[in-house]
Amino acid sequence: MTEPVLRLENLRKRFGGLLVTDDVTLDVVPGELHAIIGPNGAGKTTLINQISGTLSSDAGRILFAGQDITALPVHARAQCGIARSFQITSILPEFSALENVALAVQAHAGTSYRFFGRAQDEAALNEPALAALRETGLAERAHIRAAHLSHGERRALELAIALAMQPKLLLLDEPMAGTSHEETERLIAVLRRLKGRFPIMLIEHDMTAVFALADRISVLIYGRILASGKPEVVRADPQVVAAYLGESME
Amino acid sequence: MTPASGAGRRFAVSDLVALAIFVIFALVPFAAKLGPEAYVLTLVTRVMIFAIAAVSLDLIVGYGALVSFGHAAFIGLGAYVAGILASHGIGDALVALPVAIIVSTLFALATGVVCLRTKGVYFIMITLAFSQMAFFTASSLSPYGGDDGLTIHARDTFAGFAWMKGDGALYYVVLGFLLLTFLLCRALIASRFGRVLRGARQNSTRMAALGFEVFRYQLVAYAISGALAGVSGFLLANATNFVSPAYMSWQRSGELIIMVVLGGLGTLYGAIIGAAAFIIAEEWLAGFTEHWKMIFGPLLILVVVFARGGLIGLMSLIAGPRRD
Repeated sequence: MTEPVLRLENLRKRFGGLLVTDDVTLDVVPGELHAIIGPNGAGKTTLINQISGTLSSDAGRILFAGQDITALPVHARAQCGIARSFQITSILPEFSALENVALAVQAHAGTSYRFFGRAQDEAALNEPALAALRETGLAERAHIRAAHLSHGERRALELAIALAMQPKLLLLDEPMAGTSHEETERLIAVLRRLKGRFPIMLIEHDMTAVFALADRISVLIYGRILASGKPEVVRADPQVVAAYLGESME
Repeated sequence: MTPASGAGRRFAVSDLVALAIFVIFALVPFAAKLGPEAYVLTLVTRVMIFAIAAVSLDLIVGYGALVSFGHAAFIGLGAYVAGILASHGIGDALVALPVAIIVSTLFALATGVVCLRTKGVYFIMITLAFSQMAFFTASSLSPYGGDDGLTIHARDTFAGFAWMKGDGALYYVVLGFLLLTFLLCRALIASRFGRVLRGARQNSTRMAALGFEVFRYQLVAYAISGALAGVSGFLLANATNFVSPAYMSWQRSGELIIMVVLGGLGTLYGAIIGAAAFIIAEEWLAGFTEHWKMIFGPLLILVVVFARGGLIGLMSLIAGPRRD
Protein backbone atom coordinates (compact mmCIF):
# COMPACT_ATOMS: atom_id res chain seq x y z
CA MET A 1 0.00 0.00 0.00
CA THR A 2 1.24 3.50 -0.74
CA GLU A 3 2.42 5.73 2.05
CA PRO A 4 -0.47 8.02 3.07
CA VAL A 5 -0.06 11.80 2.66
CA LEU A 6 -2.21 12.43 5.68
CA ARG A 7 -2.79 10.09 8.55
CA LEU A 8 -5.00 10.74 11.55
CA GLU A 9 -4.37 8.47 14.50
CA ASN A 10 -6.98 8.20 17.26
CA LEU A 11 -7.79 11.88 16.98
CA ARG A 12 -10.03 13.37 19.64
CA LYS A 13 -11.65 16.73 20.32
CA ARG A 14 -13.94 17.58 23.18
CA PHE A 15 -16.04 20.73 23.57
CA GLY A 16 -17.06 20.66 27.21
CA GLY A 17 -19.09 17.48 27.67
CA LEU A 18 -19.44 16.89 23.96
CA LEU A 19 -17.05 14.55 22.23
CA VAL A 20 -16.97 16.04 18.72
CA THR A 21 -14.15 13.98 17.32
CA ASP A 22 -14.14 10.55 18.85
CA ASP A 23 -11.12 8.41 18.19
CA VAL A 24 -10.92 9.12 14.48
CA THR A 25 -8.34 7.18 12.52
CA LEU A 26 -8.21 7.63 8.78
CA ASP A 27 -5.80 8.47 6.00
CA VAL A 28 -5.56 10.11 2.61
CA VAL A 29 -3.28 8.46 0.07
CA PRO A 30 -1.59 10.22 -2.87
CA GLY A 31 -3.89 11.04 -5.73
CA GLU A 32 -7.14 10.05 -4.07
CA LEU A 33 -10.22 12.07 -3.36
CA HIS A 34 -11.42 11.02 0.04
CA ALA A 35 -14.88 12.31 0.89
CA ILE A 36 -16.16 12.65 4.43
CA ILE A 37 -19.93 12.58 4.68
CA GLY A 38 -22.32 12.61 7.57
CA PRO A 39 -25.30 14.46 8.97
CA ASN A 40 -25.11 18.01 10.29
CA GLY A 41 -23.28 18.17 13.59
CA ALA A 42 -21.34 15.00 12.92
CA GLY A 43 -18.07 16.85 13.45
CA LYS A 44 -16.88 17.14 9.84
CA THR A 45 -15.84 20.79 9.98
CA THR A 46 -14.25 20.23 13.39
CA LEU A 47 -12.17 17.49 11.82
CA ILE A 48 -11.02 19.81 9.00
CA ASN A 49 -10.22 22.50 11.55
CA GLN A 50 -8.12 20.03 13.51
CA ILE A 51 -6.21 19.00 10.40
CA SER A 52 -5.60 22.57 9.25
CA GLY A 53 -4.67 23.65 12.77
CA THR A 54 -7.49 26.10 13.51
CA LEU A 55 -8.44 23.84 16.40
CA SER A 56 -6.01 21.95 18.59
CA SER A 57 -6.57 18.28 19.24
CA ASP A 58 -7.06 16.84 22.72
CA ALA A 59 -5.53 13.49 21.91
CA GLY A 60 -4.15 11.55 18.99
CA ARG A 61 -1.72 12.44 16.24
CA ILE A 62 -1.82 14.05 12.83
CA LEU A 63 0.89 12.89 10.46
CA PHE A 64 1.46 14.78 7.25
CA ALA A 65 3.95 13.42 4.73
CA GLY A 66 5.37 11.32 7.57
CA GLN A 67 5.89 14.34 9.83
CA ASP A 68 4.00 14.83 13.08
CA ILE A 69 2.21 18.17 12.70
CA THR A 70 -0.18 17.82 15.66
CA ALA A 71 1.41 20.75 17.50
CA LEU A 72 2.08 23.09 14.56
CA PRO A 73 0.14 26.37 14.21
CA VAL A 74 -2.10 27.06 11.20
CA HIS A 75 0.42 29.07 9.17
CA ALA A 76 3.14 26.46 9.61
CA ARG A 77 0.82 23.69 8.39
CA ALA A 78 -0.08 25.84 5.39
CA GLN A 79 3.62 26.22 4.65
CA CYS A 80 3.98 22.43 4.80
CA GLY A 81 1.50 22.28 1.93
CA ILE A 82 -1.96 21.97 3.46
CA ALA A 83 -4.42 24.22 1.66
CA ARG A 84 -8.04 24.52 2.64
CA SER A 85 -11.30 26.11 1.68
CA PHE A 86 -13.82 27.20 4.28
CA GLN A 87 -17.45 26.25 4.66
CA ILE A 88 -18.25 29.95 4.85
CA THR A 89 -16.27 31.51 2.04
CA SER A 90 -13.09 33.09 3.33
CA ILE A 91 -11.47 35.49 0.90
CA LEU A 92 -10.05 39.00 0.97
CA PRO A 93 -13.08 41.05 -0.09
CA GLU A 94 -11.28 44.30 -0.95
CA PHE A 95 -8.72 42.67 -3.23
CA SER A 96 -9.43 41.76 -6.83
CA ALA A 97 -9.79 38.08 -7.63
CA LEU A 98 -6.32 38.20 -9.16
CA GLU A 99 -4.79 39.79 -6.09
CA ASN A 100 -6.42 37.19 -3.83
CA VAL A 101 -4.75 34.44 -5.79
CA ALA A 102 -1.47 36.33 -6.31
CA LEU A 103 -1.20 36.60 -2.53
CA ALA A 104 -1.47 32.83 -2.30
CA VAL A 105 1.36 32.56 -4.85
CA GLN A 106 3.34 35.12 -2.86
CA ALA A 107 2.91 33.05 0.30
CA HIS A 108 4.89 30.27 -1.33
CA ALA A 109 7.19 32.20 -3.65
CA GLY A 110 10.19 33.65 -1.92
CA THR A 111 9.94 36.27 0.75
CA SER A 112 7.12 38.60 1.67
CA TYR A 113 9.54 40.86 3.54
CA ARG A 114 10.00 42.90 0.42
CA PHE A 115 9.24 46.53 1.12
CA PHE A 116 9.70 48.11 -2.28
CA GLY A 117 8.49 47.32 -5.74
CA ARG A 118 4.81 47.04 -6.56
CA ALA A 119 3.56 43.56 -5.80
CA GLN A 120 0.73 44.18 -8.22
CA ASP A 121 3.10 44.46 -11.17
CA GLU A 122 5.08 41.30 -10.45
CA ALA A 123 4.64 38.88 -13.32
CA ALA A 124 6.16 36.14 -11.19
CA LEU A 125 3.11 36.41 -8.94
CA ASN A 126 0.44 37.33 -11.47
CA GLU A 127 1.11 34.65 -14.07
CA PRO A 128 0.69 31.61 -11.80
CA ALA A 129 -2.28 33.41 -10.26
CA LEU A 130 -3.92 33.87 -13.65
CA ALA A 131 -3.28 30.22 -14.47
CA ALA A 132 -5.12 29.20 -11.30
CA LEU A 133 -8.00 31.53 -12.14
CA ARG A 134 -8.18 30.05 -15.62
CA GLU A 135 -8.43 26.53 -14.20
CA THR A 136 -11.39 27.50 -12.07
CA GLY A 137 -13.06 29.45 -14.87
CA LEU A 138 -12.50 32.88 -13.35
CA ALA A 139 -9.91 34.32 -15.76
CA GLU A 140 -12.35 36.85 -17.13
CA ARG A 141 -13.25 38.06 -13.66
CA ALA A 142 -9.62 38.52 -12.57
CA HIS A 143 -9.88 42.26 -12.02
CA ILE A 144 -13.22 42.29 -10.25
CA ARG A 145 -13.16 42.96 -6.54
CA ALA A 146 -13.75 39.74 -4.68
CA ALA A 147 -16.62 41.32 -2.73
CA HIS A 148 -18.45 41.88 -6.02
CA LEU A 149 -18.20 38.30 -7.28
CA SER A 150 -21.27 36.09 -7.17
CA HIS A 151 -21.49 33.42 -4.49
CA GLY A 152 -20.54 30.67 -6.90
CA GLU A 153 -17.63 32.69 -8.24
CA ARG A 154 -16.35 33.24 -4.71
CA ARG A 155 -16.46 29.50 -4.12
CA ALA A 156 -14.44 29.07 -7.30
CA LEU A 157 -12.06 31.79 -6.12
CA GLU A 158 -11.41 29.87 -2.93
CA LEU A 159 -10.48 26.87 -5.05
CA ALA A 160 -8.17 29.03 -7.16
CA ILE A 161 -6.50 30.34 -3.99
CA ALA A 162 -5.97 26.79 -2.76
CA LEU A 163 -4.57 25.75 -6.16
CA ALA A 164 -2.14 28.62 -6.26
CA MET A 165 -0.63 27.41 -3.01
CA GLN A 166 0.55 24.32 -4.92
CA PRO A 167 -0.70 22.18 -2.09
CA LYS A 168 0.35 18.68 -1.17
CA LEU A 169 -3.11 18.21 0.33
CA LEU A 170 -6.35 20.00 -0.36
CA LEU A 171 -9.00 20.20 2.36
CA LEU A 172 -12.35 21.28 0.95
CA ASP A 173 -15.07 22.11 3.43
CA GLU A 174 -18.38 21.99 1.56
CA PRO A 175 -17.20 23.78 -1.59
CA MET A 176 -20.71 23.50 -3.07
CA ALA A 177 -22.52 24.94 -0.07
CA GLY A 178 -25.18 27.40 -1.16
CA THR A 179 -24.38 27.25 -4.87
CA SER A 180 -27.02 26.96 -7.55
CA HIS A 181 -27.50 23.74 -9.50
CA GLU A 182 -25.58 25.14 -12.46
CA GLU A 183 -22.72 26.37 -10.33
CA THR A 184 -22.55 22.99 -8.61
CA GLU A 185 -22.20 21.31 -12.00
CA ARG A 186 -19.40 23.69 -12.90
CA LEU A 187 -17.58 23.13 -9.60
CA ILE A 188 -17.88 19.36 -10.00
CA ALA A 189 -16.26 19.71 -13.43
CA VAL A 190 -13.44 21.79 -11.94
CA LEU A 191 -12.86 19.30 -9.13
CA ARG A 192 -12.86 16.42 -11.58
CA ARG A 193 -10.03 18.11 -13.46
CA LEU A 194 -8.08 18.70 -10.25
CA LYS A 195 -8.60 15.19 -9.01
CA GLY A 196 -5.48 13.10 -9.17
CA ARG A 197 -3.19 16.13 -9.18
CA PHE A 198 -3.39 16.53 -5.44
CA PRO A 199 -4.84 14.37 -2.76
CA ILE A 200 -8.13 15.93 -1.70
CA MET A 201 -10.20 15.54 1.42
CA LEU A 202 -13.72 16.65 0.60
CA ILE A 203 -16.56 17.36 2.96
CA GLU A 204 -19.80 17.68 1.10
CA HIS A 205 -23.52 17.36 1.62
CA ASP A 206 -24.32 17.14 -2.06
CA MET A 207 -24.39 13.37 -2.57
CA THR A 208 -24.41 13.67 -6.35
CA ALA A 209 -21.09 15.47 -6.13
CA VAL A 210 -19.69 13.02 -3.59
CA PHE A 211 -20.55 9.92 -5.55
CA ALA A 212 -19.40 11.51 -8.80
CA LEU A 213 -15.98 12.42 -7.41
CA ALA A 214 -14.93 10.29 -4.48
CA ASP A 215 -12.46 7.42 -4.66
CA ARG A 216 -13.14 6.62 -1.05
CA ILE A 217 -15.83 7.69 1.37
CA SER A 218 -15.80 7.78 5.14
CA VAL A 219 -19.01 8.29 7.05
CA LEU A 220 -18.75 10.36 10.21
CA ILE A 221 -21.55 10.20 12.76
CA TYR A 222 -21.36 11.72 16.23
CA GLY A 223 -17.63 12.16 15.79
CA ARG A 224 -17.01 8.49 15.00
CA ILE A 225 -16.13 6.88 11.71
CA LEU A 226 -19.06 4.58 11.02
CA ALA A 227 -17.80 3.16 7.76
CA SER A 228 -15.01 3.77 5.31
CA GLY A 229 -14.39 2.39 1.86
CA LYS A 230 -15.16 2.54 -1.85
CA PRO A 231 -18.33 4.42 -2.80
CA GLU A 232 -20.22 1.26 -3.86
CA VAL A 233 -19.39 -0.43 -0.59
CA VAL A 234 -20.37 2.54 1.55
CA ARG A 235 -23.56 3.06 -0.40
CA ALA A 236 -24.57 -0.55 0.26
CA ASP A 237 -23.62 -0.57 3.93
CA PRO A 238 -26.86 -1.13 5.85
CA GLN A 239 -25.57 0.80 8.87
CA VAL A 240 -24.79 3.84 6.73
CA VAL A 241 -28.11 3.66 4.94
CA ALA A 242 -29.89 3.51 8.27
CA ALA A 243 -27.95 6.31 9.88
CA TYR A 244 -27.52 8.78 7.05
CA LEU A 245 -27.90 7.88 3.42
CA GLY A 246 -31.41 6.52 3.78
CA GLU A 247 -32.99 9.92 4.03
CA SER A 248 -30.66 11.85 1.75
CA MET A 249 -30.68 9.35 -1.12
CA GLU A 250 -34.42 9.40 -1.53
CA MET B 1 -13.25 52.46 6.10
CA THR B 2 -11.92 53.38 2.71
CA PRO B 3 -9.63 50.65 1.46
CA ALA B 4 -6.33 51.24 -0.22
CA SER B 5 -7.86 52.03 -3.56
CA GLY B 6 -4.80 54.06 -4.49
CA ALA B 7 -2.80 50.87 -4.80
CA GLY B 8 -4.79 49.96 -7.89
CA ARG B 9 -3.13 51.99 -10.57
CA ARG B 10 0.37 53.27 -11.00
CA PHE B 11 -0.70 56.89 -10.70
CA ALA B 12 -4.06 57.32 -9.10
CA VAL B 13 -6.19 60.32 -8.26
CA SER B 14 -4.85 60.03 -4.74
CA ASP B 15 -1.36 60.75 -6.06
CA LEU B 16 -2.59 63.95 -7.67
CA VAL B 17 -4.11 65.05 -4.38
CA ALA B 18 -0.86 64.25 -2.61
CA LEU B 19 1.10 66.16 -5.24
CA ALA B 20 -1.15 69.18 -4.77
CA ILE B 21 -0.64 69.02 -1.00
CA PHE B 22 3.14 69.00 -1.33
CA VAL B 23 3.13 71.80 -3.89
CA ILE B 24 1.06 73.91 -1.49
CA PHE B 25 3.46 73.14 1.37
CA ALA B 26 6.42 74.08 -0.84
CA LEU B 27 4.81 77.43 -1.72
CA VAL B 28 3.65 78.41 1.77
CA PRO B 29 6.91 80.18 2.72
CA PHE B 30 6.58 82.46 -0.32
CA ALA B 31 2.99 83.35 0.51
CA ALA B 32 3.96 83.82 4.15
CA LYS B 33 6.23 86.72 3.22
CA LEU B 34 3.07 88.72 2.57
CA GLY B 35 1.80 88.28 6.11
CA PRO B 36 2.98 87.32 9.59
CA GLU B 37 5.82 85.23 8.23
CA ALA B 38 7.31 83.79 11.43
CA TYR B 39 3.86 82.87 12.76
CA VAL B 40 2.79 81.11 9.58
CA LEU B 41 6.06 79.23 9.19
CA THR B 42 5.99 78.03 12.79
CA LEU B 43 2.37 76.94 12.52
CA VAL B 44 2.77 75.07 9.24
CA THR B 45 6.02 73.48 10.42
CA ARG B 46 4.04 72.15 13.38
CA VAL B 47 1.37 70.90 10.99
CA MET B 48 3.95 69.00 8.95
CA ILE B 49 5.62 67.50 12.03
CA PHE B 50 2.32 66.10 13.23
CA ALA B 51 1.50 65.05 9.68
CA ILE B 52 4.58 62.79 9.76
CA ALA B 53 3.28 61.15 12.93
CA ALA B 54 -0.25 60.96 11.53
CA VAL B 55 0.93 59.34 8.27
CA SER B 56 2.93 56.80 10.28
CA LEU B 57 -0.18 56.09 12.35
CA ASP B 58 -2.32 55.71 9.24
CA LEU B 59 0.12 53.06 8.03
CA ILE B 60 -0.89 50.76 10.90
CA VAL B 61 -4.45 51.97 11.60
CA GLY B 62 -5.67 52.49 8.04
CA TYR B 63 -3.88 49.58 6.41
CA GLY B 64 -3.36 47.21 9.31
CA ALA B 65 -6.40 47.95 11.52
CA LEU B 66 -4.01 48.25 14.45
CA VAL B 67 -5.50 51.14 16.39
CA SER B 68 -2.58 52.34 18.47
CA PHE B 69 -3.70 54.64 21.25
CA GLY B 70 -0.12 55.18 22.34
CA HIS B 71 1.49 56.70 19.33
CA ALA B 72 2.48 59.87 21.16
CA ALA B 73 4.99 57.78 23.12
CA PHE B 74 7.10 57.50 19.98
CA ILE B 75 6.97 61.25 19.40
CA GLY B 76 8.09 61.73 23.00
CA LEU B 77 10.89 59.19 22.67
CA GLY B 78 12.26 60.86 19.54
CA ALA B 79 12.01 64.25 21.22
CA TYR B 80 13.71 63.07 24.42
CA VAL B 81 16.56 61.50 22.48
CA ALA B 82 17.18 64.87 20.81
CA GLY B 83 16.84 66.73 24.15
CA ILE B 84 18.95 64.40 26.26
CA LEU B 85 21.73 64.11 23.68
CA ALA B 86 21.74 67.90 23.25
CA SER B 87 22.01 68.36 27.03
CA HIS B 88 25.18 66.26 26.87
CA GLY B 89 26.55 68.35 24.06
CA ILE B 90 25.68 65.94 21.25
CA GLY B 91 23.77 68.21 18.93
CA ASP B 92 24.36 66.66 15.54
CA ALA B 93 21.60 64.95 13.62
CA LEU B 94 24.05 62.39 12.23
CA VAL B 95 24.08 60.91 15.74
CA ALA B 96 20.81 62.09 17.24
CA LEU B 97 18.51 61.08 14.38
CA PRO B 98 19.72 57.47 14.09
CA VAL B 99 19.58 57.14 17.88
CA ALA B 100 16.02 58.52 17.89
CA ILE B 101 15.04 56.01 15.20
CA ILE B 102 16.72 53.10 16.97
CA VAL B 103 15.21 53.93 20.36
CA SER B 104 11.68 54.27 19.01
CA THR B 105 12.06 51.11 16.93
CA LEU B 106 13.23 49.16 19.96
CA PHE B 107 10.36 50.51 22.05
CA ALA B 108 7.94 49.51 19.28
CA LEU B 109 9.39 46.00 19.04
CA ALA B 110 9.42 45.46 22.80
CA THR B 111 5.88 46.71 23.35
CA GLY B 112 4.55 45.39 20.04
CA VAL B 113 5.47 41.82 20.99
CA VAL B 114 2.99 42.17 23.86
CA CYS B 115 0.34 44.44 22.27
CA LEU B 116 0.02 42.43 19.08
CA ARG B 117 -0.96 39.32 21.01
CA THR B 118 -4.25 41.09 21.61
CA LYS B 119 -6.90 42.49 19.32
CA GLY B 120 -9.44 45.27 19.11
CA VAL B 121 -10.17 47.13 22.32
CA TYR B 122 -7.48 45.21 24.20
CA PHE B 123 -4.88 46.33 21.70
CA ILE B 124 -6.02 49.93 22.14
CA MET B 125 -5.83 49.69 25.92
CA ILE B 126 -2.43 48.01 26.03
CA THR B 127 -0.83 50.51 23.66
CA LEU B 128 -2.31 53.23 25.89
CA ALA B 129 -0.86 51.55 28.96
CA PHE B 130 2.64 51.38 27.47
CA SER B 131 2.55 55.01 26.39
CA GLN B 132 1.44 56.01 29.89
CA MET B 133 4.44 54.11 31.26
CA ALA B 134 6.66 56.15 28.95
CA PHE B 135 4.88 59.32 30.04
CA PHE B 136 5.43 58.70 33.75
CA THR B 137 9.00 57.59 33.16
CA ALA B 138 9.68 60.89 31.38
CA SER B 139 7.94 62.82 34.18
CA SER B 140 10.25 61.28 36.73
CA LEU B 141 13.44 61.94 34.78
CA SER B 142 14.61 64.61 37.21
CA PRO B 143 18.10 65.02 35.67
CA TYR B 144 16.29 66.02 32.49
CA GLY B 145 13.73 68.38 33.91
CA GLY B 146 11.13 65.89 35.11
CA ASP B 147 7.65 67.35 34.88
CA ASP B 148 8.98 70.70 33.75
CA GLY B 149 10.63 69.41 30.64
CA LEU B 150 13.94 70.17 29.11
CA THR B 151 15.07 73.19 27.10
CA ILE B 152 17.29 72.69 24.10
CA HIS B 153 19.62 75.59 23.45
CA ALA B 154 20.38 75.11 19.80
CA ARG B 155 18.89 73.08 16.97
CA ASP B 156 20.74 70.01 15.78
CA THR B 157 23.32 70.47 13.09
CA PHE B 158 23.87 68.02 10.26
CA ALA B 159 27.54 66.99 10.06
CA GLY B 160 28.33 70.36 11.55
CA PHE B 161 26.17 72.24 9.08
CA ALA B 162 23.38 74.34 10.60
CA TRP B 163 20.68 72.89 8.37
CA MET B 164 17.79 73.93 10.58
CA LYS B 165 19.00 77.40 11.44
CA GLY B 166 16.18 79.86 10.91
CA ASP B 167 12.50 79.11 10.50
CA GLY B 168 12.70 78.90 6.72
CA ALA B 169 15.44 76.27 6.71
CA LEU B 170 13.68 74.25 9.41
CA TYR B 171 10.48 74.44 7.38
CA TYR B 172 12.05 72.84 4.33
CA VAL B 173 13.89 70.21 6.36
CA VAL B 174 10.58 69.18 7.92
CA LEU B 175 8.87 69.23 4.52
CA GLY B 176 11.63 66.97 3.21
CA PHE B 177 11.03 64.48 6.02
CA LEU B 178 7.29 64.56 5.43
CA LEU B 179 7.81 63.84 1.74
CA LEU B 180 10.19 60.97 2.54
CA THR B 181 7.74 59.54 5.07
CA PHE B 182 4.89 59.74 2.60
CA LEU B 183 6.86 58.13 -0.24
CA LEU B 184 8.19 55.41 2.04
CA CYS B 185 4.72 54.51 3.33
CA ARG B 186 3.25 54.65 -0.16
CA ALA B 187 5.90 52.23 -1.43
CA LEU B 188 5.45 49.94 1.59
CA ILE B 189 1.73 49.65 1.06
CA ALA B 190 2.06 48.64 -2.56
CA SER B 191 4.88 46.17 -1.87
CA ARG B 192 4.62 42.47 -1.09
CA PHE B 193 4.91 43.34 2.57
CA GLY B 194 2.12 45.89 2.35
CA ARG B 195 -0.09 43.41 0.60
CA VAL B 196 0.27 41.02 3.52
CA LEU B 197 -0.51 43.84 5.96
CA ARG B 198 -3.61 44.87 3.99
CA GLY B 199 -4.70 41.26 3.67
CA ALA B 200 -4.41 40.71 7.41
CA ARG B 201 -6.71 43.67 8.02
CA GLN B 202 -9.43 42.10 5.87
CA ASN B 203 -9.24 38.49 6.99
CA SER B 204 -6.53 37.19 9.30
CA THR B 205 -7.99 33.65 9.28
CA ARG B 206 -7.49 33.46 5.54
CA MET B 207 -3.97 34.87 5.84
CA ALA B 208 -3.01 32.17 8.34
CA ALA B 209 -4.51 29.50 6.09
CA LEU B 210 -2.33 30.86 3.27
CA GLY B 211 0.73 30.32 5.44
CA PHE B 212 1.39 33.84 6.71
CA GLU B 213 2.30 34.35 10.34
CA VAL B 214 0.40 37.62 10.51
CA PHE B 215 1.87 38.61 13.87
CA ARG B 216 5.39 39.02 12.47
CA TYR B 217 4.30 41.28 9.65
CA GLN B 218 2.23 43.39 11.99
CA LEU B 219 5.18 43.69 14.36
CA VAL B 220 7.44 44.93 11.57
CA ALA B 221 4.79 47.43 10.46
CA TYR B 222 4.37 48.59 14.04
CA ALA B 223 8.14 49.10 14.36
CA ILE B 224 8.34 51.07 11.10
CA SER B 225 5.42 53.21 12.18
CA GLY B 226 7.00 53.81 15.58
CA ALA B 227 10.33 54.75 14.02
CA LEU B 228 8.68 57.33 11.75
CA ALA B 229 6.77 58.82 14.68
CA GLY B 230 10.12 58.95 16.50
CA VAL B 231 11.50 61.03 13.64
CA SER B 232 8.60 63.44 14.01
CA GLY B 233 9.44 63.72 17.72
CA PHE B 234 13.04 64.50 16.89
CA LEU B 235 11.83 67.28 14.60
CA LEU B 236 9.33 68.56 17.16
CA ALA B 237 12.08 68.92 19.77
CA ASN B 238 14.17 70.87 17.27
CA ALA B 239 11.28 73.06 16.18
CA THR B 240 10.23 74.02 19.70
CA ASN B 241 13.67 73.88 21.34
CA PHE B 242 11.88 72.13 24.14
CA VAL B 243 10.95 68.64 25.28
CA SER B 244 8.32 67.78 27.83
CA PRO B 245 6.45 64.72 29.07
CA ALA B 246 3.30 66.33 27.64
CA TYR B 247 4.51 65.20 24.20
CA MET B 248 3.67 61.65 25.28
CA SER B 249 0.36 62.33 26.98
CA TRP B 250 -2.61 60.17 26.11
CA GLN B 251 -4.46 63.27 24.88
CA ARG B 252 -1.76 63.67 22.26
CA SER B 253 -2.22 60.04 21.19
CA GLY B 254 -5.94 60.68 20.91
CA GLU B 255 -5.35 63.78 18.82
CA LEU B 256 -3.24 61.75 16.41
CA ILE B 257 -6.08 59.24 15.97
CA ILE B 258 -8.50 62.14 15.42
CA MET B 259 -6.19 63.56 12.74
CA VAL B 260 -6.10 60.25 10.89
CA VAL B 261 -9.85 59.65 11.16
CA LEU B 262 -10.61 63.26 10.32
CA GLY B 263 -8.57 63.09 7.13
CA GLY B 264 -9.87 59.67 6.10
CA LEU B 265 -8.35 56.32 7.06
CA GLY B 266 -6.14 54.37 4.75
CA THR B 267 -5.19 57.06 2.27
CA LEU B 268 -1.93 58.48 3.74
CA TYR B 269 -2.54 61.93 2.28
CA GLY B 270 -5.75 62.04 4.32
CA ALA B 271 -3.60 61.93 7.44
CA ILE B 272 -1.74 65.03 6.22
CA ILE B 273 -5.01 66.86 5.56
CA GLY B 274 -6.32 65.72 8.93
CA ALA B 275 -3.24 66.98 10.75
CA ALA B 276 -3.50 70.34 8.99
CA ALA B 277 -7.23 70.64 9.66
CA PHE B 278 -6.82 69.69 13.30
CA ILE B 279 -3.95 72.02 14.13
CA ILE B 280 -5.24 74.97 12.15
CA ALA B 281 -8.77 74.58 13.58
CA GLU B 282 -7.31 74.33 17.06
CA GLU B 283 -5.27 77.49 16.51
CA TRP B 284 -8.15 79.38 14.95
CA LEU B 285 -10.80 78.42 17.51
CA ALA B 286 -8.41 79.11 20.39
CA GLY B 287 -8.21 82.66 19.03
CA PHE B 288 -11.94 83.14 19.72
CA THR B 289 -12.28 81.67 23.14
CA GLU B 290 -10.35 79.70 25.69
CA HIS B 291 -13.23 77.24 25.76
CA TRP B 292 -12.51 76.35 22.16
CA LYS B 293 -12.78 72.63 22.87
CA MET B 294 -16.53 73.16 23.43
CA ILE B 295 -16.79 74.07 19.75
CA PHE B 296 -14.14 71.71 18.47
CA GLY B 297 -15.60 68.58 20.05
CA PRO B 298 -19.04 68.82 18.41
CA LEU B 299 -17.39 69.74 15.10
CA LEU B 300 -15.35 66.53 15.19
CA ILE B 301 -18.43 64.48 15.96
CA LEU B 302 -20.25 66.05 13.01
CA VAL B 303 -17.43 65.24 10.63
CA VAL B 304 -17.20 61.63 11.80
CA VAL B 305 -20.98 61.09 11.79
CA PHE B 306 -21.74 62.73 8.48
CA ALA B 307 -18.61 61.99 6.54
CA ARG B 308 -17.51 58.40 6.68
CA GLY B 309 -13.98 58.51 5.44
CA GLY B 310 -13.35 61.86 7.11
CA LEU B 311 -12.78 65.11 5.26
CA ILE B 312 -11.73 63.18 2.16
CA GLY B 313 -15.06 61.39 2.22
CA LEU B 314 -16.81 64.72 2.62
CA MET B 315 -15.02 66.11 -0.42
CA SER B 316 -15.84 63.14 -2.64
CA LEU B 317 -19.39 63.24 -1.32
CA ILE B 318 -19.63 66.76 -2.65
CA ALA B 319 -17.73 65.97 -5.84
CA GLY B 320 -20.11 63.15 -6.72
CA PRO B 321 -20.94 59.56 -5.89
CA ARG B 322 -17.98 57.37 -5.18
CA ARG B 323 -16.98 54.77 -7.71
CA ASP B 324 -16.40 51.41 -6.20
